[in-house]
Amino acid sequence: METIRKPRKYMNPYLAGVLLGLVVLAANFVSGRGLGASGAIKSAIVAGVQTITPAHAAASPFYDNFSKAHDGKPLNSWLVYQMLGVIVGGFLSGVIGRRLTWKVEHNPKIQSRTRLIAALGGGILFGLGSQLGRGCTSGSALSGMAVLSLGGFISMAAIFGTAFMLAYFFRKLWI
Amino acid sequence: MGPLVINEIISENSNLLLAFFIGIGFGFVLEQGGFSSSRKLAGVFYGYDAVVLKVFFTGAITAMLGLLFFSLFDWVDLSLVYVNETYLWSSVVGGVIMGAGFIMGGYCPGTSFCGASIGKIDAYVFIIGLFIGVFIFGEAFSLLEPLFMAEFWGSPRISEFFGISEGVTVLIVILAAIAMFWGAEWAEKMFPRDEY
Repeated sequence: METIRKPRKYMNPYLAGVLLGLVVLAANFVSGRGLGASGAIKSAIVAGVQTITPAHAAASPFYDNFSKAHDGKPLNSWLVYQMLGVIVGGFLSGVIGRRLTWKVEHNPKIQSRTRLIAALGGGILFGLGSQLGRGCTSGSALSGMAVLSLGGFISMAAIFGTAFMLAYFFRKLWI
Repeated sequence: MGPLVINEIISENSNLLLAFFIGIGFGFVLEQGGFSSSRKLAGVFYGYDAVVLKVFFTGAITAMLGLLFFSLFDWVDLSLVYVNETYLWSSVVGGVIMGAGFIMGGYCPGTSFCGASIGKIDAYVFIIGLFIGVFIFGEAFSLLEPLFMAEFWGSPRISEFFGISEGVTVLIVILAAIAMFWGAEWAEKMFPRDEY
């Protein structure tokens, strides 16, 4: 008979928080910078646009400045290597925690199609907002706060404050 | 001593290699904390699971305190550490758009990669959205540039901005975090959900 191996429990959140803080500290100690995520996506987009339409990329400061700041190799950036690590680290933790499964995670009261449409819309907004706000929850809010950046505190308050204010309107997705 | 790469103690290539290992730590801790689950992440906004608040603020104050201690021990020169710039309006408007994306999508960029790494299909779809969003910003850049560049305040630390010492600032943030942790524990008891 097959034994069902249940997922293990998550780590205590305060312990996970201390470890997360130590990772941010390590990044600052080693590289003089914080963590990030959306910057790696920007690297990929700049590299993609540059490859497909080089003239268009050269004409726009959004693509061109970023490319020049990375010696013409936008994928050779700190955040790209860091994000590759995130995928490996998340996977290792999933193996240890017995949580590797293909699934659409959603509230049983909604269809998985609804969840996927909301996820796509949320992703588009988050991608757009992260560029406008010069970083996402990791790069601007968490890492910004770690170095006491005023902008980091503003980002944190705007992200979490807005999500709280809109929570009522999106409650059917979650509760 | 630190930051190691800026003080040329390690090479630029070693820096990129270490970025990979730092990322492994980042992804591992996020997943262990439960950040690969959108339903856990969104829980903070409804009170049934405040793991985001607990991990995020514990992480922020640990890093803040760590940097203060490292600076005190002369292990890291804080003047060489990158401090995020403050562009008031792009921070506010960008943050509002991200907040809307968070409550709709249930992930932020870092956590979506973490969710994808253990097979969450909704996380993959969120990531596709991220790429589309960044591309839209890139294409609309000339239109958004005035907002993107408005009210540039330099790179002030919140302590400089309010004219208080860094130590006192961190103490205030820690006290605020403790109050929020207390509120979070209360909310989880008030709005419990067994299965999600």
